[in-house]
Amino acid sequence: MATSAAAPNGAPSRAHNLDNAPSVITLTSVNKWFGQFHVLSDINLDVKLGEKIVICGPSGSGKSTLIRCINRLEEHQAGRIMVDGVELSNDVKNIDAIRREVGMVFQSFNLFPHLTILENLTLAPIWVKKMPKKDAEEVAMGLLKRVRIPEQAQKYPGQLSGGQQQRVAIARALCMRPKIMLFDEPTSALDPEMVKEVLDVMIELAREGMTMLCVTHEMGFARAVADRVIFMDRGEIVEQNEPEEFFANPRNERTKLFLGQILHH
Amino acid sequence: MADMPLGERRPLAPPVNDTGALGWIRKHLFSSWGNGVTTVVLIVAMAWVLSSFLDWAVFTANFSASTGSECRGQGACWALIREKFRLIFFGTYPFDQQWRPLFAIVAMLAMLIASADRRMWNWRLAVIWGLGSFVTFLLMFGQIHISFSLIAFVALVVGLGGLSLRKGIAQAGELNGYRALAAVGAVWLVLRIVGVLPAWSIPIAPFSYVETSLWGGLPVTLILATYGLVFAFPYGILLALGRRSSLPLIKGLCVGFIELIRGVPLISLLIMASVMLPLFLPSGVTIDKFLRAQVAVILFAGAYIAEIIRGGLQSLPKGQFEAADALGLNYVQKTALIVLPQALRVVIPPLINTFIGFFKDTSLVLIIGIFDFLNSANQALVDPSWAGFPGEVYLFAAFVYFCFCFSMSRYSKYLEVELNKGTRR
Repeated sequence: MATSAAAPNGAPSRAHNLDNAPSVITLTSVNKWFGQFHVLSDINLDVKLGEKIVICGPSGSGKSTLIRCINRLEEHQAGRIMVDGVELSNDVKNIDAIRREVGMVFQSFNLFPHLTILENLTLAPIWVKKMPKKDAEEVAMGLLKRVRIPEQAQKYPGQLSGGQQQRVAIARALCMRPKIMLFDEPTSALDPEMVKEVLDVMIELAREGMTMLCVTHEMGFARAVADRVIFMDRGEIVEQNEPEEFFANPRNERTKLFLGQILHH
Repeated sequence: MADMPLGERRPLAPPVNDTGALGWIRKHLFSSWGNGVTTVVLIVAMAWVLSSFLDWAVFTANFSASTGSECRGQGACWALIREKFRLIFFGTYPFDQQWRPLFAIVAMLAMLIASADRRMWNWRLAVIWGLGSFVTFLLMFGQIHISFSLIAFVALVVGLGGLSLRKGIAQAGELNGYRALAAVGAVWLVLRIVGVLPAWSIPIAPFSYVETSLWGGLPVTLILATYGLVFAFPYGILLALGRRSSLPLIKGLCVGFIELIRGVPLISLLIMASVMLPLFLPSGVTIDKFLRAQVAVILFAGAYIAEIIRGGLQSLPKGQFEAADALGLNYVQKTALIVLPQALRVVIPPLINTFIGFFKDTSLVLIIGIFDFLNSANQALVDPSWAGFPGEVYLFAAFVYFCFCFSMSRYSKYLEVELNKGTRR
């Protein structure tokens, strides 16, 4: 499964240099507990504008929690999270400001089943950005074309396949014109034959320079677009490296074990 | 067929003996000996019950007797209903004015039927209910005094509501309109409270005044049930949302209220409203008994509706809340646009079930001396010259209740299908 979607479009696009790019996300000694369970322990992470990061790790390693902390779906208990120059705190204004800049795609799509595809896309621009309905629909149709399903605009989410729904979910997040996109296992709930159509959209997005944090086990995707692959285990960042190096020469024993399990089954 | 290659087989038609009327009867009514015998026995039993009922209710019934004694020894005495229907439908409302409650019923039914159509669920709904309620109460009371303070209050609410809902969306002109409305309303109310302005009101008095203690019959039941549920519904939504609030004080208040109200019978609440409430009011202040009963019904229904809606809220997957959060919707937007539309769809059947229950429970107001439909029907039995036919009167009352409740039940079905169009997974 994990290797089925090998780099679809050939040459990797990591030629660009990130050294001079400004940081858009900075996590400094972030800690979080679920009850007694230490789910994130002392996480430090710096994400540059335009960087694409793939986060992998065994289930329960805290990778989803990590990216959910970035747009405050989860609250961190210690440490600092800065997103686009704004510090995440309990201040609702800051949270709103950050959520406007950060789009998110979920494992289970989470489209709004009572709204049409078009309404799913235009809802937030109209109500959060106060965009006139006509403009919002124009933007939405443009994005639906980009994810290659403009003909589904008037249908309801329940009438679409999983792959189509996930592409709509990506378009919905893009509708807010976010600077950063978070993906929480976007292909894990999909049937195998639909994984590629979603990954293709994500790869296109990456080529356009979007800053992306992606929790996924699609190693083909990681090879194709990631600037950096992060391996998490038991709430820690165990190892991070460029994809070639990461896959060819994993240094940590836990990384080796994990890669062995997902690549050779 | 079978030796054709896979993928080229044509779909087969279903076996013939399962289709058509005869096929259906064979399959469902006479599929086995036991099934066949059961079918025959039940049909015979039903025919026997139905024929004796029809015999009583139609063939030997008396439709034209002028006193009860002429009816005796025959079938149903429908002449009693003919004689007393005005008492049953309108209770103690002044006899020569009873065309007014009749048209009030018509107005309310028109209002209810018009608002049942989903295409009306926008600004039209406010117009329909404003107009319908105005006509209903003008007919029932005969005279209405609309106080300027009320108009000012409505202006303030509309102005503030428009400002907060349409801010950033509407043109500057529209927003200035809301600002002006709110300002005028606020200034008027302040001046009125300070005492600069007198208590002006617009009198609308085309008919003679009939106070609520004379109201009776079907209009009372309809008003109590309709306005009880119309106010209890949003109130129940607020209670349900409050119960799930993360603020402990709001949550505690809502839980406390719901549990308190659910823990007492409606009758005790009605008695409290009619007997005990006046004791707490300062002397000279009276609240209309009808209004007190109405408020008691609203509070009671609100608590039950809140619990039903809470069930709907809990049935929503967490992902819906998270998706709304991630898009940056605030609490009000998330609740109004994402959560409630889905939660309410889920709870239509239990909600209508409660509505039907409360429609019938309004007859409990007889305990505090309000003559609703059932109680008025009861009054028809008091006349000694028509004594001895309670069955006919109660059957008639039951039939009228059934018409309303069955309509609601069918409407619930329609609504479920209508709202779930295309959204089924």
